[in-house]
Amino acid sequence: MDALLFLIFASIAAVCGLNVVIQRQPIASALSLIGVMGSLAVLYLLLGAQFIAAAQVIVYAGAVMVLFVMVIMLLNAGAERPTGASLVASTLGVPLLAGLFAALAYVIFAGFPEPELVRFGQFRQGGAAELGYALFTRYLLVFELTSVLVLIAIAGAVVLAWREVKR
Amino acid sequence: MSAAGVPLSWYLVLAALLFTLGAAGFIFRRNIITMFMCIELMLNAVNLTFVALAYHLRQVDGLVLAFFVMVVAAAEAAVGLAIILTVFRNRASVQIDEVQALKD
Repeated sequence: MDALLFLIFASIAAVCGLNVVIQRQPIASALSLIGVMGSLAVLYLLLGAQFIAAAQVIVYAGAVMVLFVMVIMLLNAGAERPTGASLVASTLGVPLLAGLFAALAYVIFAGFPEPELVRFGQFRQGGAAELGYALFTRYLLVFELTSVLVLIAIAGAVVLAWREVKR
Repeated sequence: MSAAGVPLSWYLVLAALLFTLGAAGFIFRRNIITMFMCIELMLNAVNLTFVALAYHLRQVDGLVLAFFVMVVAAAEAAVGLAIILTVFRNRASVQIDEVQALKD
């Protein structure tokens, strides 16, 4: 059951991730990205991170992607015009990316030689209680700093969106 | 196969694949909004790595890190989209190669 669920949702994530990159319409990319985020939420559940899975759906697929879709509709962004990629990107891009993926895969398989099997229910510390305890004891300062960061970000977004066009 | 579970490295390889896809989109796409979405894709891939390694270490710290990445990504999305709105109002375009403010 674990392997089946992993294979289904990992392939959904991979296909949607590829779709984000190859679609010409920004709205199609945004919807594919929502697919990636939803399937990643299922994978988080399989890894025992229930709170992160819920936050992924609420914060990412809910709030952030709604913001993206709103901006795409507001700008009336149509299909992007294909302009040739820069010389460096078109010649070195694919080999460098393949090298990046190969290096990452090598590090992963070298770092985990004997496969540790992930079974649903083996890790039970991923609930809201344990995460909240860690947040409000060991990570309390970081948590408070994050609230300041979010306040500054919202104020900055409002100021940026308010500014008049100077011509 | 049913109750066998999945090797942890598969999760990490999936995260590496998603990160590479995000990087590819960032390099090859020309639309600012799509490039921004590719950054979100890379952040998601890193989050999957954090959660998988939290499972591996049986510690909650990786989940806390993933939580902070999520919060910072939400803040970054708000500011970034406001910047994109401002760029669009000033230039009437969301093509990255038409926005070369330092040149003109």
